[in-house]
Amino acid sequence: MFYREAGQFKTNYQADQAVFPILQDRMAIGAILVIAFVAIPYFGNDFFINSMMIPFLIFSLAAIGLNILTGYTGQISLGTGAFMGVGAYSCYKLATIFPEVNIIFLIVVSGFFSAGIGVIFGLPSLRIKGFYLVVTTLAAQFFLEWAFITVRWLYNYNDSGAIEVPQREVMGVIITGASATPMARYLVVLSIVVVMTWIASNIIHGRIGRSWMMIRDMDIAAELMGVRPLYAKLSAFAVSSFYAGVAGAMMVFLWLGAAEVESFDVNHSFLILFMVVLGGLGSLLGSFLGAAFIWVLPIIIRAAPGVFGLDISAATGEHVNFMIIGVLIIFFLIVEPHGLARLWAIGKQKLRTWPFPY
Amino acid sequence: MDLLYNIFINPFAEMVGTPDFLLQVLWEGFVSGTLYALIALGFVLIFKASGVFNFAQGIMVVFAALSLVGFYTILSQLGFLSAGMAAFLSLLLALATMGALAWTVERVVLRKLVNQPEIILFMATIGLSYFLIGFGEFIFGGEPKSMITEELGLPTGSTVVDVFDGIVILQHIDIAAAIIAAILVVALAVFFSKTRIGRALRAVADDHQAALSVGISLNQIWAIVWFAAGIVALATGIMWGAKSDVSFALQIVALKALPVLILGGFTSVPGAIIGGLVIGFGEKLFEVYWGGLLGGGVEGWFAYVLALIFLLFRPQGLFGEKIIERV
Repeated sequence: MFYREAGQFKTNYQADQAVFPILQDRMAIGAILVIAFVAIPYFGNDFFINSMMIPFLIFSLAAIGLNILTGYTGQISLGTGAFMGVGAYSCYKLATIFPEVNIIFLIVVSGFFSAGIGVIFGLPSLRIKGFYLVVTTLAAQFFLEWAFITVRWLYNYNDSGAIEVPQREVMGVIITGASATPMARYLVVLSIVVVMTWIASNIIHGRIGRSWMMIRDMDIAAELMGVRPLYAKLSAFAVSSFYAGVAGAMMVFLWLGAAEVESFDVNHSFLILFMVVLGGLGSLLGSFLGAAFIWVLPIIIRAAPGVFGLDISAATGEHVNFMIIGVLIIFFLIVEPHGLARLWAIGKQKLRTWPFPY
Repeated sequence: MDLLYNIFINPFAEMVGTPDFLLQVLWEGFVSGTLYALIALGFVLIFKASGVFNFAQGIMVVFAALSLVGFYTILSQLGFLSAGMAAFLSLLLALATMGALAWTVERVVLRKLVNQPEIILFMATIGLSYFLIGFGEFIFGGEPKSMITEELGLPTGSTVVDVFDGIVILQHIDIAAAIIAAILVVALAVFFSKTRIGRALRAVADDHQAALSVGISLNQIWAIVWFAAGIVALATGIMWGAKSDVSFALQIVALKALPVLILGGFTSVPGAIIGGLVIGFGEKLFEVYWGGLLGGGVEGWFAYVLALIFLLFRPQGLFGEKIIERV
């Protein structure tokens, strides 16, 4: 009744190619943006913003990065955690070397370092496919983890081996360091994520994105039809690592405040892979849904026993959390291999015909 | 010049200068190589029969060892069993657990995911490994446990051998591990070539549809092959647990089965063994003789980088079947 496409005519090619061709979609996305930019900073408390919204947005961005590689180009990667680390460490070095440069600019620039490393470790993908590629990305993961410890220049030779975020201001507002308010950091993260999602959506709907999807669906056929695998695969690795790198830099600078190599270990790579799979391979919306699901679920599981008056130790809660995530992954793969995004698409179809489905 | 000397001459001079130390390093490499090979073996079994890239094999190793120790703790608390008896019973119970796991995986996961793309099955095994980590720690507790080596009748202690004016220390448990690994491989080879089920397994590995058409039940075969992988996992878990504590921290080490498989090829049992040994030897030698140049700790990534370089030249592995692609 409310979600009808009938009567919405497209009179030119641009309108037909729009990311949100339907009026209701545009209204919904506008409403979400208003809520995210106005309502949440106004009504949300510090806990909600700091431990739910900020990590959710950061992991969404990392999941978009992995989704570009795995969901759109079909190259499985277990190195996302390390690429996030490259972004974080290079942002730290840049902030040390250029203290007066705008920190938001540095966060975005550090993505380019990550992209460079990503291209180097993406080179084997030209000869290797599928599961073999998993091993080469694991090589990236473990090699970079080792480098973050061994190359002491990366953390300015301090004894703890951790990177501490310096305090930086943008237009008179403190946005990084211990004295930055959650709201300021949230708004910076949100702006970066919104802009980068918009860019990702445009890349994916354009020529480059289509060549990625051709490579995913059948690389030999794509090659015969004029897609150059070298450019398509390496550009996917570059863009994906860029997103992961920016997400990693934001994770340290705008959320954690300090980080060691453990923040970028292989478990984080798994976590982000789960977000992509549960959310939906090859869907930007899915990256957000998956990140929300995987991030919010453990918080609920931790809080749930208290609500029902049960007393469960933190360790037991953690074990149950692992079990539930494992079962949910298998369950989703069996019931809906296309993830949460597909459920949303089904719901949309139902909405379209409601209330007279026949 | 100094660098070149340190890379190309100094390590070899050290090897020749102290041959007993070299032997010791080689022995350590051999032992860890055997363990990598055993994990890779369980993996190859499953990949051959069902085409599933079983990420959970390393976790199954820890899970099997954990359930063995856990059952032993419970049984010995009951009090009326002797230590050896309790160990034997808990071994049987751990075997039963792996059987139940195989049956459940076939029923609940594999049967529902027939004909799905490989990546979906791969993700499902990652889900399985998460579940096993949570389940194992939930039931048996998360703290590291020591393996019941003596109660199982495995040898402890060590022998000192004199060679080249020096000594090499051989742990008895390592020797036992190598022997058990050899027995397992021979037993599996006999099982595959001589028994009815083994032939059915090979038929399934060769061609699913042809196997179905001559009346082989795929579901049954999958359950059996997961059980066989479970037995291999249990043996590996015992050996590994005897060397270090039993805890899921081992999973990082278990991931090294992947480069082993790359070297050996996903479908070859001899490849898994040789790949394991190559990685084991290479890793230890590189760490001891060249690791210092890079600041140490290179064991963590050497196997992966070796596999990566190897893949660039021979993508199908040492013994894998040639990959032919058609549109």
